[in-house]
Amino acid sequence: MSFFLEVLIGGLLSGVMYSLVALGFVLIYKASGVLNFAQGGMVFFAALTYVGLLEFDLSPWLAIPITLVVMVILGLLTERIVLRPLVNQPQITLFMATIGLAFFVEGLAQMMWGANVRALDLGLQDEPIAWVSDHLNMMISKFDLTAAGVAALLVTGLALFFSRTRIGRALRAVADDHQAALAVGIPLQQIWGIVWGVAGFLALVAGLLWGARNGVQFALTFVALKALPVLILGGFESVPGAIVGGLIIGATEKLAEVYFGPLVGGGIEGWFPYMLALVFLLVRPEGIFGEKIIRRI
Amino acid sequence: MIYREAGQFKTSYEADAAIFPIRQDRIGIAVILVLAYLVMPFVATPYIFTAILTPFLILSLAAIGLNILTGYCGQLSLGTAAFMAIGAFASYNFMLRVPGMPILVAFALSGGISALVGMVFGLPSLRIRGFYLAVTTLAAQFFIVWCLAKIGWFSNYSSSGVITAQEVTILGYEFVSPESRYLLVLVIVSLLALAAKNLVRSNTGRSWMAVRDMDVAAEVIGIRLMPAKLTAFAISSFYCGVAGALYAYLYLGTVEPEAYNLDLSFRILFMIIIGGVGSILGSFLGSAFITLLPVFLSLVVAFLETTVHLPLSKAITSNLELMAFGALIIFFLIVEPHGLARLWQIAKEKLRLWPFPY
Amino acid sequence: MKTMKSALLGLTMLGVAATATAQGEQFIPLLSYRVGPYAAGGSGYFGGAIDYFNLINATGGVNGVKIIYEECETEYNTSRGVECYERLKTKHGGASTIDPLSTGIAYALLDRVAQDGIPMTTFGYGRADSADGRVFKWVFPVGTTYWSQAAAMIAYLGQKVGGVDKLKGKKIVHLYHDSAFGKEPIPVLEALAAKHGFELIKIAVAHPGNTQESQWLQIRQARPDYVILWGWGVMNPTALKAAAKIGFPRDKVIGVWWAGSEEDVIPAGDAAKGYITAAFSAPGTGFPVMQDIKNKLYASGKGNLDDPSRLGSIYHTRGVSYGVIIVEAIRKAQEKFGKGKVMTPEQVRWGLENLNLTEARIKELGVGGMFPPIKTSCLDHEGSGMVRFQQWDGNGFKALTPFMSGDKEMVRKMVDAGAAKYAAEKKITPRDCAKEG
Repeated sequence: MSFFLEVLIGGLLSGVMYSLVALGFVLIYKASGVLNFAQGGMVFFAALTYVGLLEFDLSPWLAIPITLVVMVILGLLTERIVLRPLVNQPQITLFMATIGLAFFVEGLAQMMWGANVRALDLGLQDEPIAWVSDHLNMMISKFDLTAAGVAALLVTGLALFFSRTRIGRALRAVADDHQAALAVGIPLQQIWGIVWGVAGFLALVAGLLWGARNGVQFALTFVALKALPVLILGGFESVPGAIVGGLIIGATEKLAEVYFGPLVGGGIEGWFPYMLALVFLLVRPEGIFGEKIIRRI
Repeated sequence: MIYREAGQFKTSYEADAAIFPIRQDRIGIAVILVLAYLVMPFVATPYIFTAILTPFLILSLAAIGLNILTGYCGQLSLGTAAFMAIGAFASYNFMLRVPGMPILVAFALSGGISALVGMVFGLPSLRIRGFYLAVTTLAAQFFIVWCLAKIGWFSNYSSSGVITAQEVTILGYEFVSPESRYLLVLVIVSLLALAAKNLVRSNTGRSWMAVRDMDVAAEVIGIRLMPAKLTAFAISSFYCGVAGALYAYLYLGTVEPEAYNLDLSFRILFMIIIGGVGSILGSFLGSAFITLLPVFLSLVVAFLETTVHLPLSKAITSNLELMAFGALIIFFLIVEPHGLARLWQIAKEKLRLWPFPY
Repeated sequence: MKTMKSALLGLTMLGVAATATAQGEQFIPLLSYRVGPYAAGGSGYFGGAIDYFNLINATGGVNGVKIIYEECETEYNTSRGVECYERLKTKHGGASTIDPLSTGIAYALLDRVAQDGIPMTTFGYGRADSADGRVFKWVFPVGTTYWSQAAAMIAYLGQKVGGVDKLKGKKIVHLYHDSAFGKEPIPVLEALAAKHGFELIKIAVAHPGNTQESQWLQIRQARPDYVILWGWGVMNPTALKAAAKIGFPRDKVIGVWWAGSEEDVIPAGDAAKGYITAAFSAPGTGFPVMQDIKNKLYASGKGNLDDPSRLGSIYHTRGVSYGVIIVEAIRKAQEKFGKGKVMTPEQVRWGLENLNLTEARIKELGVGGMFPPIKTSCLDHEGSGMVRFQQWDGNGFKALTPFMSGDKEMVRKMVDAGAAKYAAEKKITPRDCAKEG
């Protein structure tokens, strides 16, 4: 039983890590209807920039704001150069453009900072908490708990931002209907700029946490693949959906690998989340928190 | 002037329903076919055959397959490569386990197997739409490749899960030389492309397009959604399956399941987006663009290195290539979001009037 | 048409060969990768090979024959690799030999190199059964294959517990990248498990392997004595971190050589301390050749690595060993076919097949101890099968054992069986080695 709990908790905690990446997707999708595939590339870019700056003997307290500025500029440029000319194009075209952007960002990151694999130490020990392992015989890492805390903070912050601030309300209006938002005087481009800036910030947070865990290397771009099933499960436009989806995917994926994997030869984590999402969508095609689509002729 | 169709009268229904109703188009196609069949075998080098033309044609076929599904029926798929993998592994097993199996029959049957699996993975499309559907096709991508790698029977219990394509022999002739392989691929691809072109103009094709444009409306005018969507999945997967078999047998030779990974799916999707969604011609144009662009970029860089002696390290130029690839894709999407096929149409309009603008 | 074409082709080939001989240059194409997920390894390996070629050229070439190389970026992508191979194989008078450093590309080139008559080396990767030179005439897994490595790992674990017979009843986990690469050693491990009586638990990690909580929880539950980490890329540091997270001792994790470079342990930070890996070449800057590279190339800014601190790193020395072995094969071929001449691919192939790098010869070349003695033959394209074990102490890899090998006889039997199966599938008649000179 305690092993089951351990797998479950480990899964939930790693699910939070997926959610962190998924949040960046949700934000952009909500505001501009783009499934931004370059988010993985941006996570990599952010982490690499941060580590690269540290190599110049900058203190982390200086490197983080600089990286943030770089990410915001990257986001703004993306909005200006890539997405603005593509307004009103089909979603699939926008999606493809972001894949093109992913190639560009990945090339740029490695050109600027080199291809070396680097370590990233946030000063958090990825070790089991002694008290829990002594008393409950479960291994729960401090690092994972911290990551979960960060994610909780971010979600609360974003939720408040969306519901309580002027910009947040404007953002929701833009998400609802571009034209109507423009008509009531919401500066569309400014809003998009803000959204891309915030997405850059989320990429930085995800990059730091994932980078601390896997090392800062090209493989950070793969985390986007973990975020996609989270997105379909939670709904593309829902912030709480990204969290709940992440928790479900994380927990079920680990449980499946541990209990079902050995029966079929293992390595099922690659496809299991997608299958789960597929089955779930058959029941509820718009995701857990997605907006119900009403189709008219 | 050049493209004027005035004076070309259609006097029968057959003429009106012809596949290329305009004389200039017919001439154009004839020229391309003559070039491909009669001129290329004499002028091209083995490098062009094996490294450029063969993969270009095979990927065009896969792009046609995806275009049938995405461009004509409006169902976005990110699992193309997995269906190609099914084609390759099915061919391998047909050839291995059925004595005396002719290779072309094996290709066709493997396309059929791929079509069956495609229909199974097409079932969710009856309820799920758009990006949600796209992401669920990723389930097909990862699951199928995992199965092929995991179940030893598929690769004849090879320790590493790799299959080695048997030699391709038709009527005693062995297809070994680059130009013979190219010609075989060319014949298969042009026949299947012709079939696809006709198919999308048929009743089935029109019902797909109705579903694409608005499925509820299509249902109202009496198109049954389930058969329409499932045939699209089946035929699309058939094309991908055959393409995958060709990819293994006439291009790579020895393949591991990972050769058919998500990257390949994305590349094929790129091809139809860049080439033109809902256009057979676009599948070829897009495939040419995506296959040739990286080669072209690296040749440009190599040329600059030898002539101007770029003071850059190889790492930087390689990264620049990648960045240029990404930037050019964005550029083309911005300039012509409907793809190269649309560009060709615009050119046709212009040529119709040229050189007199009015 | 066919005769005309082949005649034409022959003519052009003749012309090319003539010019090449006049220039006195031996061409080696390099299918490198310096972007993408595996750029760190690619730039180190090909950087090492290029550094050695440049060093040879700076000191007069191979009996006066200069080595020229050209790189082509593959991004570790199979179809890009095939294109690069086709592009480079006829350049500069024709490619002498090729090494794609990618399992996928190596598979795709298997048929092509045999057809084109260009020898392909696969240093520490590729098909293990290609060690059978009778079937795989053109493929050279020089040094060691995955199968020899797996056998050596078990032999090393046997040493650790005080004799292979003591492995009986032990539990060993094979934690592997779920791909052709990760599955390659399974037959050998299974055979050895049956022979020595240890329990083998196979746990797969789906690509890319950036989360491994579930696998390591399984390991924790199974309580194995050792874990063999057959990983690639980001999977390796993630595994080490996950091992630390459940408190599994790192000195009981034995990594494959692709999990044994600085790139694999540095991202894991302290979690990697004590971790043991296999290696087919020894790192370090102490070798005379490395000193030459440092003093003659890097001192004047002609080194190939962007980051000179990587000089002597695992990947860099792997590249240098590749360079040494290829140059030695060319030298060997020149001894037979004429000193100071440019060798044809067939002659280079002969050189690779008749390598005899003894301990003394390796020392003479200035790389004493970098790799084990290698003696190839028509029957045996591997030539050594020896592996060395090393431990990461937080700053560098320290050698734990000299080069050692496992149950070679058993591995050879499996190689014969695998190659025979391949020959049957491809309808290849194996060469008769008694008739080879």
